[in-house]
Amino acid sequence: MDLVALLAIQVLYAIASLALMSVGLAIIFGMMKVINLAHGEFLMLGGYAAIEANRLGLSIWIAMLIVAPIVVGTIGVIVERTVIRWLYGRMIDTMLATWGLSLFLVGLTTAIFGNTTVGLSAPLGSFEIGQYRTSAYTLFVIGVAIVVLGGVLAILRFTRLGLIARGTMQNANMAAALGVNPNRVYSITFGAGAALTGLAGAIIAPVSGVFPTIGAAYIAKCFITVISGGASIVTGTATASTLFGAVNQIATYVTTPVFGEVALLAAAIVLIRVLPQGITGRFFRGSL
Amino acid sequence: MNARALNGLGLALVAVVGIVVLVLTPRLFDLDLVLNITVYMIMAVLALSLALVWGFGGILCFGQSAFFGLGAYTYAIAMINVGESTAPLILAVLVPAAFAALLGYFMFYGRISDVYLGVITLTVTLILFNSINSTAGPEFHIGSAKLGGFNGIPGIPSLNVPFVKDWQIDLEGMFYLSTASLLLTYFGLRALLASGFGRTIVGIRENEQRAQLLGYDPRAYKLATFTIGAALAGYGGCLFANWGSFVSPTIFGLAQSAQIIIWVIVGGRGTLIGPILGCVGIQWLTAALGANAPSGDAGWQALLGNVPLILGAILIAFVLLVPKGLVPTIGGLDSLFMRARAGAPR
Repeated sequence: MDLVALLAIQVLYAIASLALMSVGLAIIFGMMKVINLAHGEFLMLGGYAAIEANRLGLSIWIAMLIVAPIVVGTIGVIVERTVIRWLYGRMIDTMLATWGLSLFLVGLTTAIFGNTTVGLSAPLGSFEIGQYRTSAYTLFVIGVAIVVLGGVLAILRFTRLGLIARGTMQNANMAAALGVNPNRVYSITFGAGAALTGLAGAIIAPVSGVFPTIGAAYIAKCFITVISGGASIVTGTATASTLFGAVNQIATYVTTPVFGEVALLAAAIVLIRVLPQGITGRFFRGSL
Repeated sequence: MNARALNGLGLALVAVVGIVVLVLTPRLFDLDLVLNITVYMIMAVLALSLALVWGFGGILCFGQSAFFGLGAYTYAIAMINVGESTAPLILAVLVPAAFAALLGYFMFYGRISDVYLGVITLTVTLILFNSINSTAGPEFHIGSAKLGGFNGIPGIPSLNVPFVKDWQIDLEGMFYLSTASLLLTYFGLRALLASGFGRTIVGIRENEQRAQLLGYDPRAYKLATFTIGAALAGYGGCLFANWGSFVSPTIFGLAQSAQIIIWVIVGGRGTLIGPILGCVGIQWLTAALGANAPSGDAGWQALLGNVPLILGAILIAFVLLVPKGLVPTIGGLDSLFMRARAGAPR
């Protein structure tokens, strides 16, 4: 019984961390149809931002929840203004340019921080489930994922900002005719996606550590989640993470973590073949 | 001068330059430089494989390194088991080709769009990388070949003349073999692209729907192109495994995949000579920058010896500023070297 409870928490954690890592990418891909191959590096930068801020004496919570999103969000806006904005509508070229950006950022962080793993110690200690102990930080990650997904849903659905963003993505010319500046909307959306990615990177930094090439470990998982999720940002991310998080964690439990990852990726390829429009292309249509 | 004459002149020029390089290099340079040039030639074969698949077939494959790596690993495993290189060489071409045919069937007959194709090929590459990387223990072996995980497989026996086990190919022989392979690949692809098949795949790249309405099945043609590309990449991988008598999972890695894309985009999509020049040029550039960084100055070392940083900057710059690549942009060279796409409506 205890083991079942522990496993359930681990599966929930796998789902939550996957959703948290993917939601920034889902916003950028879902709303702007831009494939950001530097997503993994944005996660990595979030981790470094939190660790550096913590080293400079800020509390770990401020470093993770405030500094990391601001730093990576700012980088996101700069990237959008200098690289992405020339490439709207050229999907393949954005993929290539952001791949270049990904290599560039790996090189840059290697030059600055060196090719070593740095970490933060996870706060909050641990708690017991019967005879097992597990980290309380796990529950924190699950909580943050719920708050972030709920927040994105609320902003898109209930605020003026969300309405303008959705309108611009559906028809930029019409939005411009109604007095919205699409360029600003694109910038803000890209920045917001990057900021959430930075937050996610900081939150998982205590679990996984951070090193310059860590992005490669995340990128495929995040892409697969977003693409399998389909058109709806929040629903798609949530359903796809649930599916893949569960597959990953259960396969990890049965075999090894590496084959857990392989099972995730293989499941995703089959899913894309069966549902090329993603889960929300078939089910939950019209949700956000 | 008409286009046909220019085309012939271009071909003749490549042939002459190729034969001059083939004959003179080992006589003019030291063995270590010859070894370096050998690896450039091998990588150029790999560059040509993507030049066909992406530049002419219009299939953006992010996982060309998967087929390269698969070829290298197949050769290594088969060679350690068999000890005579005829069968391993054939397998190193067939296994990646079969794998590509299976994957391609899945993708092209599933009518997956370009973007998803990129992501799937990327994912497959990562799956292979992760799987091979985690096979370090002694329990992972195929026959007598240990897979070695992240340590790779060292001490791979080198190629021998087909069916003559004791007549092994030495380092200089590898140079001749690689350069000749590159030349043969180049002229073979030129012939392929000048054929009806080649014209059809370029037609599909330009307008898939129109080609389909004219009675061609784009799925079959794309599958064939993808498979030929994988076979070529596998052959390149086999040569590479020979060159260093060593393979490790990094040849499946994302950095390797990115490099191949960069060679093609720098040289120019829709050309064959461009990716060769891009491949040699980029490799030379990264090596030269690393070697010539002012020694003792950590800052310069960190910048100039930093291959990802340089490659990333080059890729961004080319996508933004020279999206067609160097060879098509330099117009004079354009008409000399790339008549192969003359059949394409432009």
